[in-house]
Amino acid sequence: MTQRTYDLGALDRVPLGEGRAFETGGRAIAVYRTRAGGLYATEARCPHKGGPLADGMTGGATVVCPLHGFAFDLTTGRPLATECAHLRTFPVRVDDAGRLLVEVDGDD
Amino acid sequence: MARERLVVVGNGMAGARLVEDLVARGATERLDIVVFGDEHHGGYNRILLSDVLAGGRDALDCVTHPIGWYAEHGVRLHVGVRVLGIDRKQRVVHAGNGVLERYDHLVLATGSNAFLPPLERLRLDDGALRPGAFVFRTLDDVDAILDAASRVRTAAVIGGGLLGLEAARGLRGRGLDVHVVHLMKHLMEVQLDANAGRMLRRAIEALGVQVHLESVTVGVLGEPAVEGLLFADGTTLGCELLVVAAGIRPNVQLATDAGLYVERGVVVGDDLRTDDPSVYAVGECAQHRGITYGLVAPLWEQVSALADRLAGVRPDAVYLGSLTSTKLKVAGVELSVMGQRDGGEDDEVVTFAEPSRGVYRKLVVRDGALVGAILLGDTSCAPDLVRAFESGAPLPDDRVELLRAPARSTAVDLPDDAQICNCNGVSKGRLVAAVRGGARSLGALCAATRAGTGCGTCKKDVEAILEAVAGGAVAEDPSRHWYVPGVPLSKPELVAAVREKGLRSVSAVFAALSPGGREDAASKPGLASLLRTIWGADYEDERDARFVNDRVHANIQNDGTFSVIPRIYGGVTSPQQLRTIADVAEKHGARMVKITGGQRIDLLGFRKEQLPAIWRDLGMPSGHAYTKAFRTCKTCVGTEFCRYGVGDSTALGIAIERRFQGVESPAKLKLATAGCPRNCSEATTKDIGAVAVEGGRWEIYVGGAAGSRVRKGDVLCVADSHDEVLRVMGRFMQHYRENARFGERTYDYVERVGLDRLKRLLVDDEEGECARLDAEMQRSVDAYVDPWREADAPAHPTQFAPALDAVPVLLRLRRAAGER
Repeated sequence: MTQRTYDLGALDRVPLGEGRAFETGGRAIAVYRTRAGGLYATEARCPHKGGPLADGMTGGATVVCPLHGFAFDLTTGRPLATECAHLRTFPVRVDDAGRLLVEVDGDD
Repeated sequence: MARERLVVVGNGMAGARLVEDLVARGATERLDIVVFGDEHHGGYNRILLSDVLAGGRDALDCVTHPIGWYAEHGVRLHVGVRVLGIDRKQRVVHAGNGVLERYDHLVLATGSNAFLPPLERLRLDDGALRPGAFVFRTLDDVDAILDAASRVRTAAVIGGGLLGLEAARGLRGRGLDVHVVHLMKHLMEVQLDANAGRMLRRAIEALGVQVHLESVTVGVLGEPAVEGLLFADGTTLGCELLVVAAGIRPNVQLATDAGLYVERGVVVGDDLRTDDPSVYAVGECAQHRGITYGLVAPLWEQVSALADRLAGVRPDAVYLGSLTSTKLKVAGVELSVMGQRDGGEDDEVVTFAEPSRGVYRKLVVRDGALVGAILLGDTSCAPDLVRAFESGAPLPDDRVELLRAPARSTAVDLPDDAQICNCNGVSKGRLVAAVRGGARSLGALCAATRAGTGCGTCKKDVEAILEAVAGGAVAEDPSRHWYVPGVPLSKPELVAAVREKGLRSVSAVFAALSPGGREDAASKPGLASLLRTIWGADYEDERDARFVNDRVHANIQNDGTFSVIPRIYGGVTSPQQLRTIADVAEKHGARMVKITGGQRIDLLGFRKEQLPAIWRDLGMPSGHAYTKAFRTCKTCVGTEFCRYGVGDSTALGIAIERRFQGVESPAKLKLATAGCPRNCSEATTKDIGAVAVEGGRWEIYVGGAAGSRVRKGDVLCVADSHDEVLRVMGRFMQHYRENARFGERTYDYVERVGLDRLKRLLVDDEEGECARLDAEMQRSVDAYVDPWREADAPAHPTQFAPALDAVPVLLRLRRAAGER
């Protein structure tokens, strides 16, 4: 499995406290910028029923899916108070030029 | 800043619960918490001990806070260490094994001790109980009783109160011959009247337990071990095992030695402080306003107030005493008691007895309100009675109604595979398992299973199952009274804090009012709604505080696409408007075109990025079909065409919709106008409805519903003109906006506040509030802006963006090189 780094553009494409979806190669991911200063990336679809997580609400290091309110810990991808499958998470950071970089495995 | 040290003496039900509440409120960030427990266990539920005695439950099942729990949550526990003294001058606690702990704040939660009546030869010379005699307070006591019970045949229990009867049931469950010896004329005389006591006696005897009333025990027979009891009349009773359950006494030794003010218990004020401002007391050892409590519910209330105070969540939190209503299972018999046991001369006493089923019900009514009740054998009407008792609300004239079990079948009796929550498919078995797994409050149970998180109509059933399974261990869920789950304040408290501190944004509210300044996703929309109502144009709108529907002004669907419903005032449209809608649906590829129940047209299946172009092409304002706000006003054709119409319901409906479009509220508002009492537009089952009656007048209905609940609205008043209808509707809406909980529909709200009070406030203007409510509503009406204007002026460049593009970094480097 090969790691690939993607440039998602300027940090402010993702508004503070919200998430946005990105297409990285064949894979859709969601990137969140929380008010606590956290930056997180997960798979874009909720494992429960495919809800668009980038449209969810964030709070602390948590995202809540807009469809049925399933919540996940953004740091680990762990479901909170449900027995849903874990979310995949991806390393994401801001480089010196203020650009969002995410590392996604290249297969699939 | 260094953390202050909080020392809790006692790890029983009050102490352990206090620590749990403090942890839940994020207090470990400001407090270094140290707990002393003199038992060799973590925290456990004392109420379940009789089940352990009876053999229905393992001792481990009682443990609520295993020893490891404390360290996991950053709390230090001295387990099996008894506190020997308190040096208040130095603020140091001295404990066994030479342990010393300094404190800034000290909480005494030392509970109570078993009361030992002065029986001859009960104790040995060294003060210890004679072999074969036991008290019944702790897990270790239960262990010792069980050990002895395995070797004997006959047991006696001194004391016919709750604890004694529970002990008797437990021992009977182990196959022993059991005698209950009681001083008084009937059992549980503190809680029960003579009739109920008699019925309880029959139930106890049916278990095979022998009951001896008015028996004065004076001594213990046998040497060295117990062989029997000697009574004042000279008779004796043989027994090889004796359990003394003759009451409890607050354990105040430590407080007395430390020089604190002690009467029957350690005396505390409403702030739960002793006469030393650094020392608090809670639970059975505390005496508040002259009362010491021995039941669990008051204890939870004390602990919750003290936790709010110590955690800094509400530094001024107070405990004002508890109305004692309690639900128990005594030796397998259901019992619920509240307030006064016997009526006074001027009280009305209603009783109902059904001896063959062992059912007894008694109400004590004073000035039309319930001041006491006893329910024995069948407590299914208890929840309604407790509500009436606590609220002091007037009772129905036909008192018998109150004694009837509610018609709804209780979920408790259903089989395990019965589905309770029809929204999320949660079975009764899963709920039971979750309660046994530790979900002890309604909030925790709903969170763990998702039951009740859909339409919410099953919550009463979920609660009934919780009560049945957890018994007395149900935790009052403080968050039930909070406006949102993430900020521990009720709506009035929250509004006051927001005003006082000038908090104008959701993030400012979290920073100032939530434990540890923590943000909570689920609380954001509720806070946003409240702040907008409080501050109007001065509200600092943070887009991330909005649910996605309110960020993109459309309703998200199960595949992540959105639906578009333009406003069609009063459901009256035109050929031109219909043509436009048809064109837009075709051009943008609507996957479904649907006539809604609110008399408008829904276009479904659009991607987020299509929305701005669709709105521009429609040229119609948003119908707000996606948000908690005024939605629509359904109309019938009224006097315009209808043969029966007596009022112009279409003109009124259009005027209502033009006036209130975009007004946000705690939950959606669906309105209707009907041109005559035939009510074709179903106005009597809307949040607010107007029904024309002969004479040019309109009945205004509030609190109607025809969704997950069906309820006919109540007539708030009769209005003489369209203008007056608009005024009264606006006034009701504003009061609802200011006072309802987030998500609370008008039908729950009207029932909670009461129609009479609403009439007095909004029609009679008893409190002089109407002019202000009218003015506030006018301000909101004036502030209306069609949110679909964001088609041309988005709030953020990526507001309506589809999945954004991303460039592999290697490619980016190559591009950069090429550019150079």
